[in-house]
Amino acid sequence: MAVADQQRISYIASQAADVRLNVELQTEEMTLNLGPQHPATHGTLRIIARLDGEQVVKADVVCGYMHRGYEKLVEVRTYPQINTLINRIDWLSSFANEVPFILAAEQLMEVEAPPRAQWIRTLFFELSRIANITLFIGEMGVQLGAITPVFFAFRDREYVLNLIEEATGGRFHPNFDRIGGIKDDLPKGWISETKDAMRRIRGYCDQLEDLLMGSEIFEARTRGVGVIPADVGLSYGLSGANIRASGVDWDLRRDAPSPLAWKELDWKVWTHPDGDSFARYWVRLQETREATLMVDQLLDGLPSGPIQAKVPRIIKVPAGEAWAHTENPLGEMGYYVVSQGGLGPFRVKIRSASFHNISIVPWLLKGVYVPDIITILASLYFILGDIDR
Amino acid sequence: MFALELPYWQLTIIKTVIVLSIIPAGAVILGYVFLLKMMAHMQSRMGPMEPGGFHGWFQLIGDGIKFIQKEDIIPAQADRRVFALAPLVVLISTFLLYVVVPAGPRLVVQDLDVGIFYALAVSSLGVIGVLMAGWASANKYALLGSLRAAGQLIAYELPLVLAVVGVVIQANTMSLQGIVHAQADGAIFGISWIGNPFILTQIVGFGVFLAAAQAELTQTPFDMPVAESELVAGFMTEYSGFRFLFFFMAEFGTAFALSAIAATLYFGGWYQPFFETGILADILGPVVLGIKVMLIAFLIFWIRFTFPRFREDQLQAFAWKFLIPISLVNIMATAVFKVVL
Repeated sequence: MAVADQQRISYIASQAADVRLNVELQTEEMTLNLGPQHPATHGTLRIIARLDGEQVVKADVVCGYMHRGYEKLVEVRTYPQINTLINRIDWLSSFANEVPFILAAEQLMEVEAPPRAQWIRTLFFELSRIANITLFIGEMGVQLGAITPVFFAFRDREYVLNLIEEATGGRFHPNFDRIGGIKDDLPKGWISETKDAMRRIRGYCDQLEDLLMGSEIFEARTRGVGVIPADVGLSYGLSGANIRASGVDWDLRRDAPSPLAWKELDWKVWTHPDGDSFARYWVRLQETREATLMVDQLLDGLPSGPIQAKVPRIIKVPAGEAWAHTENPLGEMGYYVVSQGGLGPFRVKIRSASFHNISIVPWLLKGVYVPDIITILASLYFILGDIDR
Repeated sequence: MFALELPYWQLTIIKTVIVLSIIPAGAVILGYVFLLKMMAHMQSRMGPMEPGGFHGWFQLIGDGIKFIQKEDIIPAQADRRVFALAPLVVLISTFLLYVVVPAGPRLVVQDLDVGIFYALAVSSLGVIGVLMAGWASANKYALLGSLRAAGQLIAYELPLVLAVVGVVIQANTMSLQGIVHAQADGAIFGISWIGNPFILTQIVGFGVFLAAAQAELTQTPFDMPVAESELVAGFMTEYSGFRFLFFFMAEFGTAFALSAIAATLYFGGWYQPFFETGILADILGPVVLGIKVMLIAFLIFWIRFTFPRFREDQLQAFAWKFLIPISLVNIMATAVFKVVL
């Protein structure tokens, strides 16, 4: 297997770095502090790297500079208020944060949203996936030194944000999902606009495939860099495109029982056998394209009917425990909600994807060069709010 | 100059003033056309449109004024004298480049017999300033950036020189004025109307020269010394205000100068087929050269805004395993043709 070979080579390189440091030459190690203020960590992640020349001997990740205590804050809020709060976890795909929490609450209350609401939920879920990952596709270019792709990303992502704003009123934080349904129905003319925007996003994906992914320099910078074998990735709790790029065919949209409309659509889970940075980029690009096709299908098959099930005006959730998880743009996101029958939950555990995804960073960074630190961090794709909650 | 019989000191003052005004002008023109306008168009966004009225032409001058007003910060741990001197060293190497570039039959500050050799030598002086900046900043990012710049220089000075050797063999001279005349007097298949621009025979050399110049200018895809996503701003990290402006001006000024040298070496420089001597040639020369410079600078900046950057080891491999062998083959082929024809 190619993966095993690449992994062995990177292991040998890291061992060689150790040996050279201890035996061959008494070179002095240097500690390079990447972050918490650094342009490459797009937020406040800190990486303490011990360098031998430009080679990393050892790297530690320090997170928590942006910890906002959401798990504690939700204990003193009612369910509708929590919905506003958890929008801010992964701020690029806010709507996708709301869905698993609402699903958990619905499980406890034993209500189910009507089909139209479920389809519109799925629709916005995929739109926020597009809004999130289009930015990654461009951002990767910036991290590798090509500044143009990110402006294309902002240009075309704007159309998706406009759509979300038109229907929900919020560009970044829609706060649109409700227990038992959604807040509003779709506005007039929105469906044809969305189809145009999806065509645009597909054009953007083609453009980036030519401009960035097709470039030899991009391949040279990403192929074989940051290889994660499937078993290592699974043992570190990786999820989402990061683990699918290692050849693990696992997508919660297909593999977990969910009331949302994914099972009624015709779509494909993309995987890549290599597990390197290039594979992660490739998988995300394909997923964005797949998501636009899913949005088209959702728009065509949108059922009619009510958008809200019957729920009491004041929401009280009966005592009990529930776990709901979905395949968010960054990976598996889940909420474990413990209720004691009040207006708000007693305790909520938030499982966010990025926190688990960056846990592999110290293992990955051993023996790589300084520019590869940036490539690996960029290709793992984390949102700081999603790490620190 | 202009056949005026001026005393030596007056000529020197005039030449100094011209060189001193060309560099900021060239830097501002390149910065305005490529950084503010072309880049904005390529990335589908608006460049500045308001300052000055017409398409925001005043923006860069306003930026300069802003830089002058800013506080000049020197880090506490920095080696103050070296830190302050470094931007000047970088800028001086840019100034020295302009000395040998001819803009007309008589419009040249000093037509040296070893012109191109001199130009390549002084263009690499800048890296001393970069090393000084990186070392004196007392900053690890700056240090890594300046060491990368030094490694890059060693790798890319060689292809730059080897690419030029082909032209020198063809022109029989190292003087830049002589190279222009060699192109003007040449003929393609007996047609001598536009002379023989060396781009036709030295296209491989031109490619190597352009790639090496890109590395010399630390432009993407060879911008590891300043790699903003890894090293914040590389050797410039600790600089602010006017000293930062010096680096900025040196970057664009050197881009202008290297484009002018490339235009002279491969596109016939100031030569236009209508007037070879006389006052009209001197008037048209700078215009013709300016157009050629803009075309080559467009290539440089087009590449800069398109590609991701190489990794340091890949850059070295590209230089030693690809550019140097290909330019050696180019020299051999040129020499063989020179002897045979």
